[in-house]
Amino acid sequence: MSRIAEKFEFLSSSGRKALIPFVTAGDPNLDMTLDIMHTLVSAGSDIIELGVPFSDPMADGPTIQRSSERALARGTGLNDVLNVVSKFRNSDQSTPIVLMGYANPIEAMGVQIFAEKAQKAGVDGVLVVDYPPEEGDELLSALQEKSIDAIYLLAPTTTDQRIQAVSKCAGGYVYYVSLKGVTGAAHLDLSAIAEKIPSIKKHVKIPVGVGFGIRDGETARAVADLSDAVVIGSRLVEEIEKSDKDNVLKNVSTLIESIRVKLDS
Amino acid sequence: MQMKEGLENYSFPDEKGHFGNYGGVFVAETLMHALDDLRANYEQLKNEKSFQEEFQHELKYFVGRPSPVYYAKRLSEKLGGAQIWLKREDLNHTGAHKVNNTVGQALLARHMGKKRIIAETGAGQHGVASATVAARYGMECVVYMGSEDVRRQSSNVYRMKLLGATVVPVESGSKTLKDALNEAMRDWVTNVENTFYIIGTVAGPHPYPMIVRDFNSVVGTELREQMPELIGRQPDAIIACVGGGSNAIGAFYPYIKDLSVRLIGVEAGGLGVETGKHAAPLASGKPGVLHGNRTYLMQDHDGQIIETHSISAGLDYPGVGPEHSLLKDMGRAEYVVANDDEALEAFHTLTKLEGIMPALESAHAVAHAVKIAPDMSKDQVLLVNLSGRGDKDMHTVAQASGITL
Repeated sequence: MSRIAEKFEFLSSSGRKALIPFVTAGDPNLDMTLDIMHTLVSAGSDIIELGVPFSDPMADGPTIQRSSERALARGTGLNDVLNVVSKFRNSDQSTPIVLMGYANPIEAMGVQIFAEKAQKAGVDGVLVVDYPPEEGDELLSALQEKSIDAIYLLAPTTTDQRIQAVSKCAGGYVYYVSLKGVTGAAHLDLSAIAEKIPSIKKHVKIPVGVGFGIRDGETARAVADLSDAVVIGSRLVEEIEKSDKDNVLKNVSTLIESIRVKLDS
Repeated sequence: MQMKEGLENYSFPDEKGHFGNYGGVFVAETLMHALDDLRANYEQLKNEKSFQEEFQHELKYFVGRPSPVYYAKRLSEKLGGAQIWLKREDLNHTGAHKVNNTVGQALLARHMGKKRIIAETGAGQHGVASATVAARYGMECVVYMGSEDVRRQSSNVYRMKLLGATVVPVESGSKTLKDALNEAMRDWVTNVENTFYIIGTVAGPHPYPMIVRDFNSVVGTELREQMPELIGRQPDAIIACVGGGSNAIGAFYPYIKDLSVRLIGVEAGGLGVETGKHAAPLASGKPGVLHGNRTYLMQDHDGQIIETHSISAGLDYPGVGPEHSLLKDMGRAEYVVANDDEALEAFHTLTKLEGIMPALESAHAVAHAVKIAPDMSKDQVLLVNLSGRGDKDMHTVAQASGITL
């Protein structure tokens, strides 16, 4: 069983929902990223989504764009991101790591080489934002061969037919984008989520996480009532952006702990 | 010849939007439905006689088509070789080929009941062409433009505002065309229900490269009729500049199966391909994925998109339409470069000898014709697609000559 499946099984047996934070690797720098990852775990995170910076993050809002730009300004490449995962695995063998990014850095490395390196580093899932099920077959089979879960997005506009197509290649969990927009947008419609999740659950037999636009414990809790996991991205990246270097870990910890408490209440 | 065999059945894109290894739909799930919807509407509409008639009517009475083909006699005589003929897209309403596409897409938007259109622009030509059709059809228009380009192209920004459009300066990334495209996509994802995104070139996710090509291929279709009337046959070569590649594909497409006509695309060599400061992905890039399609890209070893340079803002783009990538790999079209200084020189030459001031983009195509004509015979014919006029480039040209206006 994959680390992601194990994690969800453990959570469901204890009646809890998964908390999945997203941070961009290399923001503010790679050493800090490693510390932030450990801090996220000790503050109550279950799975970590690690962003691979890209020069043209089309699906992201301004907060994550800026973090990508900061990471790139320090020269963070895909190899560096994989190195951080390796280092993280030296002391944490149980927290699943999902890489989230765009196709081009992976294609530039070579899809097969990437899958091998990702497995070696201890990556559990890969979400390529601009590989819908229609594209990226080569990466999908390379990942499956290395027992890495290919994670896919679903959107409010995704039709039943497409949900079925996604369910055929999706592993780990599916990531439901809770609004029409980019990451970090502010208008979350809980009733729309409540309406959509059952039609996803009808076809998708793996856990469903919800993200894009979740900014606090209350919303996280409300979303968790409807799904299996909540993803916190822009809000967390914003916290890293506005914190003094000395306070980053403390502030990240406080934010995640507060969401964890609400989520379990 | 293998190429010939492939070409008899040339029919791209396939149903998944692929041009061989290129093209496709590399977008987040959030956009898939909108693209499916657009494709379905376009497939249905393009076969409707009433839509085609309306499009042709608009091209004739609003754009001013057909655009003439002009023999550049003094230029040809000075070069002493092949005859140079110009397809005068610069005479279109708004001053470039861009309006062929914006008229078509605006009609499509209207058919789909979308009241708000958005567009990205670099030099501002596509932005102006979009703002123009928005005014013509009574639609709201928002144009995304890199803040760097807003500064460089202030007169086009003012034109768009006069036409009633909102111009949004984009501060992210390199603050140029590619970032404007990213931002327009973000707007579209957010407002997909009431908004139609008019992409300005043959790039982006399927079905855009096909739609933009189809609307612009009026250029090549007219040429196929005009050239036999003027010279009794088709030209020996068609030369067009390539940024995203919409004017080039518009001229090339009706000629792809006609192997007697050479197709030559001219990319922006900037300060020279060897300096790295250029915008010539076909000449020096490698395939990758950007803005929804797989194509040749300018990128570093980590797969990050690198900044481009060209004296002409309209060619300053790190990718290229996927169909050009395919035509390059098939060997059906040749792709060459013209540097900033060569384009500038061609600008001055054409202006002085023919009284025609080309856009700096189109001047790249002229520059290549100037380069190869002398080695050809006088009965050979080079057709240059003069995609736009140079009025917008006065400041750039003056600056390059050390003059402050």
